[in-house]
Amino acid sequence: MRRFLLTRFAQAVLQLFAVGSIVFLLVRLIPGDPARAALGEGATEEQVAQTREAMHLNDSFVSQYFGFWGRLFQGDLGTSLLSSRPVMQDLPNRLGNSLELVLVSLVIAVTLGVLLGRVAATRADKPADHALVAGSIFGISLPVFVVGTLLLMVFAFLVPILPPQRFTTPWQDPVAHLQILILPVVTLTAASCAVITRMTRAAMLETLSADYVRTARSKGLAEQRVIKDHALRTALLPVASATTVELTTLIGSTVLVETIFGWPGVSSLLMSAVGQRDYPVIQAVVLAVAAVVILVNLVGDLVVRALDPRAEEA
Amino acid sequence: MTGAGREKEGAAPEPVLSVERLSVDFRVAGEWTPAVRDVSFTVGRGEVVALVGESGSGKSVSSMSVLGLVAGSARHRGSIRFHDTELLGLGHEALRGVRGKRIAMIFQEPMTALNPVYTIGKQIAEAIRCHEKVSAAGARTRAIELLTKVGIPEPERRVDSYPHQLSGGQRQRAMIAMAISGNPEVIIADEPTTALDVTVQAEILELLRGLRRDLGSAVLIITHDMGVVADVADRVVVMKEGEVVEEAPVGRLFAAPEHEYTRRLLAAVPKPPPPGAEPVAEPKPEAPKDTTLRVRGLEVEYPGRLGRKGFKAVHGVDLTIGKGEVLGLVGESGSGKSTIGRAVVGLARATAGSVEVCGTDVTGLSGRRLRAFRPTYSMVFQDPGASLNPRWSIGDSIAAPLLVNRTAGRAAAHARVAELLEQVELPAQWAGRFPHELSGGQRQRVGIARALALEPELLIADEPTSALDVSVQATVLRLFRELQDRLGFACLFISHDLGVVELLAHEVAVLQNGRLVEHGPAREVLANPRTEYTKRLVAAAPVPDPVEQAERRRLWREMAAA
Repeated sequence: MRRFLLTRFAQAVLQLFAVGSIVFLLVRLIPGDPARAALGEGATEEQVAQTREAMHLNDSFVSQYFGFWGRLFQGDLGTSLLSSRPVMQDLPNRLGNSLELVLVSLVIAVTLGVLLGRVAATRADKPADHALVAGSIFGISLPVFVVGTLLLMVFAFLVPILPPQRFTTPWQDPVAHLQILILPVVTLTAASCAVITRMTRAAMLETLSADYVRTARSKGLAEQRVIKDHALRTALLPVASATTVELTTLIGSTVLVETIFGWPGVSSLLMSAVGQRDYPVIQAVVLAVAAVVILVNLVGDLVVRALDPRAEEA
Repeated sequence: MTGAGREKEGAAPEPVLSVERLSVDFRVAGEWTPAVRDVSFTVGRGEVVALVGESGSGKSVSSMSVLGLVAGSARHRGSIRFHDTELLGLGHEALRGVRGKRIAMIFQEPMTALNPVYTIGKQIAEAIRCHEKVSAAGARTRAIELLTKVGIPEPERRVDSYPHQLSGGQRQRAMIAMAISGNPEVIIADEPTTALDVTVQAEILELLRGLRRDLGSAVLIITHDMGVVADVADRVVVMKEGEVVEEAPVGRLFAAPEHEYTRRLLAAVPKPPPPGAEPVAEPKPEAPKDTTLRVRGLEVEYPGRLGRKGFKAVHGVDLTIGKGEVLGLVGESGSGKSTIGRAVVGLARATAGSVEVCGTDVTGLSGRRLRAFRPTYSMVFQDPGASLNPRWSIGDSIAAPLLVNRTAGRAAAHARVAELLEQVELPAQWAGRFPHELSGGQRQRVGIARALALEPELLIADEPTSALDVSVQATVLRLFRELQDRLGFACLFISHDLGVVELLAHEVAVLQNGRLVEHGPAREVLANPRTEYTKRLVAAAPVPDPVEQAERRRLWREMAAA
């Protein structure tokens, strides 16, 4: 296990390093002068020189590269060209908002998905199963922006139970925060929950006919325990692996959901930065999101590992 | 001990479990298809009853019905009584009280029958705690006691092992520990030793016998192995196609089988020679002229994962097979016999030594030269179901070596396929059929036909009949022998079954942990083994004859005690 932890951590560090390097190159690979590109047509020579200085473009390539990492380690992600504020001033809040959306959706999607998957598998080929399978097709096939827009239309305008509000943090007003959290979370949960339901159902259908489930029955265990402790427990292995992948998809979908519901996460930061060619912000956001995805995969692998004792020796 | 139940043959003890006119139907594509029809038998107190038959005979379904463990949509009729309780149609809660506590089960493959994510201690404790109010610590102590009872070394440590950390034999012992945790009156053992090596099988059967003696439990053992039946059973129930065809005390069944099917079943079992028998002069094929296969100092090491030590499966093995000779390679699982076969055909890389086929060292060949040489030898695999492409017709599978090696065009290959199918006694019109339309034995005939397509000088057969029923095995072996006589190919025949090797091989080589421990003419080695290991291997193989088996069992015990 220790060996696995070490190699897996080393891998994560390498991945982060690779992502950082790519982000660094990204800006330098823009044809022409990135400072000029950022400032647009009407920029004066003076402004360009200033921006070049701010983006450290005047140093040698090597010292730029090491400088990039050096500043990164000090928590300096550069200064926004647009607002002239350090990126670190806005990013943590924005990232926190986005992660809240993703994590709340994930917890609900996994809990509900595993529960529904279990119901479907134990009632295979019965009405409840058919309904769930049919329902999950909707969840999987409807794109996030369709579900989001529909929900917004119905619950914010046609039946205004959850009218659009100004964004409030949970510390300012927990109730209002919860209200504005509902629609984006439901939108995000729909697809993931459907995928996890199907995964759980398929995995459980397999484990339910496994020899060890028959053994558990032959011991005299109650059927509910046979299902929970034996069939569901082993079915969680593939579900956990799939959830890690699903989480990455979820992070991608968040960009759309944030835009639809006006959620002040990283996506609006990224959108405006891309539109305005605010390179330091783009770099910072890409780096942050990549780091989250890498960490998520690391945690996912560790969870899968912890669930399966066989993985230790392999 | 062996004779405890047997001396009272005829006077059946009071029945604990009685199955009467049991019928089980399965719903297949909307129609009820019978799997078991009007089966009746009883198991008396402390008795060992064997339910024998080939695959599809309904023996497993009958035994699973006892505890209501038949999977899928099944319909039961008739009666299964345990003492005075009718088990068919018993409510879930009441049935749960019987399961594990009064009637326990042992399954065939302990690797899949134990849950891979829980330690064996937890699984045993779970069995205890669903019937008794015991603390977790108390259940753990009991689990350790049970593991001690079934002979698992270091039970205090093993109790925390996961199934994959144990050997096959230890896993089955853990399974048995779980089964006896509630002191059941009846133990149903469904092919408990089929997945194990003969030497381990002998130990497990000895354990079951001891438990029967100590706990007084009755045992219903389901098996297809007449050797196992002769070894442990008091009474035998023979099933065929869902019906009981014969029931008799073990002595009478083997001495005077009444039903024609029982006679056929007994005749089909290959029998190793009795221990200490006079070596029979071996009818050697005319003085060996050419050597087809010469393996010298072969070593195979499987590389370890990054930075870890590799595993050496074969240590310096020398073998020779003369033209037209059959060499039987025997040993327990993990002894490296399959690896040698794979190294000879180039599926595993030899790390040292040489493999000469017809005078050419094939270990040094690669690419085009190896391809040019490949038609000289071919392989028959263990599981014909898995080694034939399910999406290819059997004709395509057989023709593949011809087309790949460009030894024949489409039309010529077609003609050759027909010829080959006839050689393996299948109708030539079957070329268009697919593997799933064939029985296991027929599929293995196709496997042989494919291996013979290029008229190889050397055939490597890796346990070609171990997945087959005895009667099917007998016909496949007969066919194989005839083909070998007629076509005169040399053969490396890998098997764990000494009876099969004795039947086919001229020479035999015994492997232990990747090393050759004994080598010589087959009859001589098997009748008068020189090394301890071979002696144990021969003694552990049960023979389908209760009297002789009792004698073998006595010898085995002496050897085990020594």
